[in-house]
Amino acid sequence: MIKLIGLVPLFPLIGFAINGFFGKKLGKKLSGGIAVLSIAASFVVSLLVFMELNGIANKSQVVNLFSWINSDTLSIPFSFLVDPLSSIFLMIITGIGLLIHIYSLGYMSHDEGFARFFTYLNLFVFFMLLLVLGNNYLVMFVGWEGVGLCSYLLIGFWFKNTEYNKAANKAFIMNRIGDLGFLLGIILIFFTYGTITYGDVFAKAHTGSETIITAIALLLFVGAMGKSAQIPLYTWLPDAMAGPTPVSALIHAATMVTAGIYMIVRSNIFYSSSEDASEIVAVVGAATALMAAIIGCVQTDIKKVLAYSTVSQLGLMFLALGVGAYSTAVFHVTTHAFFKALLFLGAGSVIHAMSGEQDIRKMGGLKKALPITYLTMGLATLAISGIFPFSGFFSKDEILAYAYEENKALWFVGSITSLLTAFYMFRMFFLTFHTSFRGTAEQKHHLHESPKSMTIPLIILAVLSVAGGLLGIPAAFHGSNWISTYLNPIIMHKNPSTLSHETEFLLMGIATAVALVAIYTAYNVYQKSNVLPAENEKDMRPFERFAFHKFKVDEFYAFTITRPLNMFSTALGKFFDNQLVDGFIEGIGVVVKWLSGVVRQLQTGNIGFYIFSMVLGIVAIIFWSILK
Amino acid sequence: MSTLLLNIPVTQYMFYFLSFVAILCGMMVVISKNPIHSILYLILTFFSIAGHYLLLNAQFLAVVHIIVYAGAIMVLFLYVIMMMNLNEKDEPNKKVFLKIAAVGSAGLLLLTLVGSLKGAEKMVAAAPLNTNVGLIKNLGQTLFGEFLFPFEISSILLLAAMVGAIMIGKKDPVK
Amino acid sequence: MRGILLQSAIISTPIEWYIMLSAVLFTIGACGVMVKRNAIIIFACVELMLNAVNLLLVAFSSYHSDASAQVFVFFIMAVAAAEVAVGLAILSMIYRNLKSIDINVLSKLKH
Repeated sequence: MIKLIGLVPLFPLIGFAINGFFGKKLGKKLSGGIAVLSIAASFVVSLLVFMELNGIANKSQVVNLFSWINSDTLSIPFSFLVDPLSSIFLMIITGIGLLIHIYSLGYMSHDEGFARFFTYLNLFVFFMLLLVLGNNYLVMFVGWEGVGLCSYLLIGFWFKNTEYNKAANKAFIMNRIGDLGFLLGIILIFFTYGTITYGDVFAKAHTGSETIITAIALLLFVGAMGKSAQIPLYTWLPDAMAGPTPVSALIHAATMVTAGIYMIVRSNIFYSSSEDASEIVAVVGAATALMAAIIGCVQTDIKKVLAYSTVSQLGLMFLALGVGAYSTAVFHVTTHAFFKALLFLGAGSVIHAMSGEQDIRKMGGLKKALPITYLTMGLATLAISGIFPFSGFFSKDEILAYAYEENKALWFVGSITSLLTAFYMFRMFFLTFHTSFRGTAEQKHHLHESPKSMTIPLIILAVLSVAGGLLGIPAAFHGSNWISTYLNPIIMHKNPSTLSHETEFLLMGIATAVALVAIYTAYNVYQKSNVLPAENEKDMRPFERFAFHKFKVDEFYAFTITRPLNMFSTALGKFFDNQLVDGFIEGIGVVVKWLSGVVRQLQTGNIGFYIFSMVLGIVAIIFWSILK
Repeated sequence: MSTLLLNIPVTQYMFYFLSFVAILCGMMVVISKNPIHSILYLILTFFSIAGHYLLLNAQFLAVVHIIVYAGAIMVLFLYVIMMMNLNEKDEPNKKVFLKIAAVGSAGLLLLTLVGSLKGAEKMVAAAPLNTNVGLIKNLGQTLFGEFLFPFEISSILLLAAMVGAIMIGKKDPVK
Repeated sequence: MRGILLQSAIISTPIEWYIMLSAVLFTIGACGVMVKRNAIIIFACVELMLNAVNLLLVAFSSYHSDASAQVFVFFIMAVAAAEVAVGLAILSMIYRNLKSIDINVLSKLKH
C-alpha cells in the first residue's frame, strides 16, 4: 500500500479537477458528493498506509514518482516520504479534512458558490498532502505555496465583500514574507550541502558550521512564522476569519497553520544543533502565546476569540519546539487539531443557527436550542483548557514539563498562557451558551440545531478531543507515550525528560489548579454576575481597550512599513512609470504611426503593381540565394 | 543495331523543333491582342510540351496533359472568353514604358533562374536509365503506394473546387 | 523500337537544355502576367508558368528514373484544374458585376 501513496494526493486532485471544470453543471449534490468521496478515498488509503507502516521495521519509506528537475548539479526527484511524522500528518489532514468536508455539505448548502468552495477545499487538501509527503524541501515548498494560495482563495471566498478581499490579500502578503525566508533557507541548504533531499541533508547536517546551521534554522523559522502565525507575522490569522467557518477549522486551525511546526520537526536536526536558533524559537513562541492569549480575553467576535486562541496554541507548540520537545509539539498539533477543529465547527454551527451573527454579546442561552453543539463544544473547551483527562491536558502538560526543565521563565509564561486560555475559552462558552438570549426576536425564532451532516462531525471530533490524550499518556501515569516512541526515528537528538514523576505531578497539579481558578473566575464574572463585555469602547479600561485593538500592531505595521512603502511606490510610479516608461512606449507608438503613414503610400490597390513588385521580389530572393 | 540508332540525332532535331514551337507560341500568347488567339497559341504550346513529355519517356503524363490542359482547361478558357464576348477592341492597352519595364524585369528573372539552376545538371545521378518509369503501371504503383494519402486529399480538393465553382458562378439570389 | 528511340532522347539531349527551355517558358509566362491587363490572359500565363515547372519536373524525373516527380506533376495538374475552375468562376462573377475584367479596374484592394 505504501507503494500507492501517490493515490493519496491524487484523489483530491481528481476531485478538484472535476469540480473545477464541471462543478456548476453537476449540481450541489453531485459536486459535494465527489468532493467528499475523493477525500474519503484518500483517507482510506492513508489509513492503510499508516497501518502498514506500523507493521514494518523500516519506518522511512521513499516512493519515487518521477524525476522532476534534472540538470547538471541539481537533481530533484518528485518523490514522497512515508515515515512516522508524515503518516501522522497524513491521518490528521485526511481524517479531519474528511469530517470538515462532510460538515461543509450542510454549512455551505445555501451558498451559491458551493461547487467553487469544494473545488478550493479539494485543492487545499491536495497541496497540504504534497507539503507533508514530499521527500525534499522543494516539493514541500510547492505544497507550502499551494496551501497559501488556497488559503487566499478561501479567505476571499465571498469576494463581493471588500473587507474580506483585503483580509485575503493581507494573509497572502504576510505569508509571502515568510515564504521568502523559507525559500532562502532552502537555497542556503542547497548551497551548503548540495542537495535538498531530506535524508541526504540530515546525514550531512553536522558538516555545516554552527553559523550556517543557525542561519538555515532561522530562515526556515521565518517561513514557519508566516505560515504558523507567530510574532511578528501573526496578524493575518485573525483577519483570515473572513472565510467560511469550515475553512477556518480546516486551514486556519487544524492543518495549514501547523505546516510551520511540521517543517521544523522535519528539520529538527538544525534546531537541535543550534542553541541560539532554538532559544529564539522558544522565546518567539512564548511571546506569541502570551500576547495572543491576552488579546483573546477581550475579543467579542466568536471566531476572533478562536483565532487568537489558535495563535496562542501555535505559540505553545513553538515553545515546545524551542525546548527540543519535537514529538510533544506534534502531539499538541494532533490534539489541537481535534479540539480546535471542533471549536470552529461548533462556532460555525452557532453562527449558522444565529443566521450569521458572530458577536458573542448578542448570543447567550443557546444551550437549549443547540444541545449537541453545546455538549460537544463544552468538551472541546474543557480539552483546550487542559482539564484532566481530556486530550489537551496531556499535550499541554508535556509542553509545560519540558519548558520547566529547560527554563523556568518559559514555564511561567506558558502557565500564564494556559490560565488565560481557560479564562477566555470559558468566557466565550458562558457568554454563548449560558445566561439568557440577547439577540433579536427574529433570531430567537430562527434558532435551530444544525443538520446531521454538521452534528455528526462534531460528535466524532468530540470523541477524539476527549480520547486524543491516549496517544501520549506520559510515563508518570504508567503510559507508554505512544506518539513519542512512534516519532523516535525521525528525531535526531533526543531530549529525554529527566524530571522525576513527583515534579511532573506537581506541575500537573499546578496547571490544573490554575485552569480551575480561571474557569471559576469566568463562571463568576460571566455566569453569576452576568457581566457583559463593554458595548462601547469608552466603557473599557485603558489596557482593555489597548488589547481590544490588538495592541495596535496593525496600526504600527501600517505606520512603519505600509505607508512608507506606499509613498515610495507612488513616487516611483509617478516619475518612473508615468514619465519614463510611458514616454518611451508612447514614443515608439508615435514613430510607428508616422512610419506606417509613409509606407502606406505603397499600397496602391493596383494588382499590376503588386505583380511587378512580386516578380522583382522573387528575383531579389533568388539572386541573394545564389550569391550566398 | 541499337548503337547505330543511338547515333542518329533524330531526337535532337525533335527537341529543337518542339522547343522552338513551344517558345514561339508562348511568346505569341503574350503578344497577340485578341484573347481567343492567345488561348489558341497556348494550346499549341501545351501540345509541344506534351511532345516533350513523350521524348522524356513520360507517356502517361503526356496523354493526361493533353486531356486535362488542351482538352479541359483550355476549352474552359475559350468558353469563358466567348461567353464574355471579348475581342481585340476590349484588350486594354498598357503604356509602353510599363511594357518595357515588364520585359526588363522578366529578363532579370530569366537571368537569375538560369543562374540559380546552373549547378543542377551535376545533381543528376548516374542512376541506370529506366525507360519504364513513365508507364502507367509504374506510376500507378507509386501513386497508390507512397502517395495514396495525398491522392485521396487531392480528390477532396477537386470536389471542393467543383462545389466552390458552382457556388460562386451561380446567379445572386434576388434581393 | 520506340523505346530505344525515346531512350536516346535522354542521352542525346543534356538536361541543361531542358532547364533552359523551362526557364524561358517560365519567364515568358511571368512576362505575360506583368504585361497583360486582361485577367483571363493573366490566368492563362500563370498556367504557362505552371507547365514550365511541370516540364522541368518531368525532365528531372526521367533523368533520375524516379517516378515520384511525375506523381507530383499529376498533383499539380489536379490543383491547376481546381484553380482554373474556381478562378474562372470568380472572373465570370466579376465580369457580371463590373462588366470588365481589366485588372486596373479592380483596385478595390486599396480600400
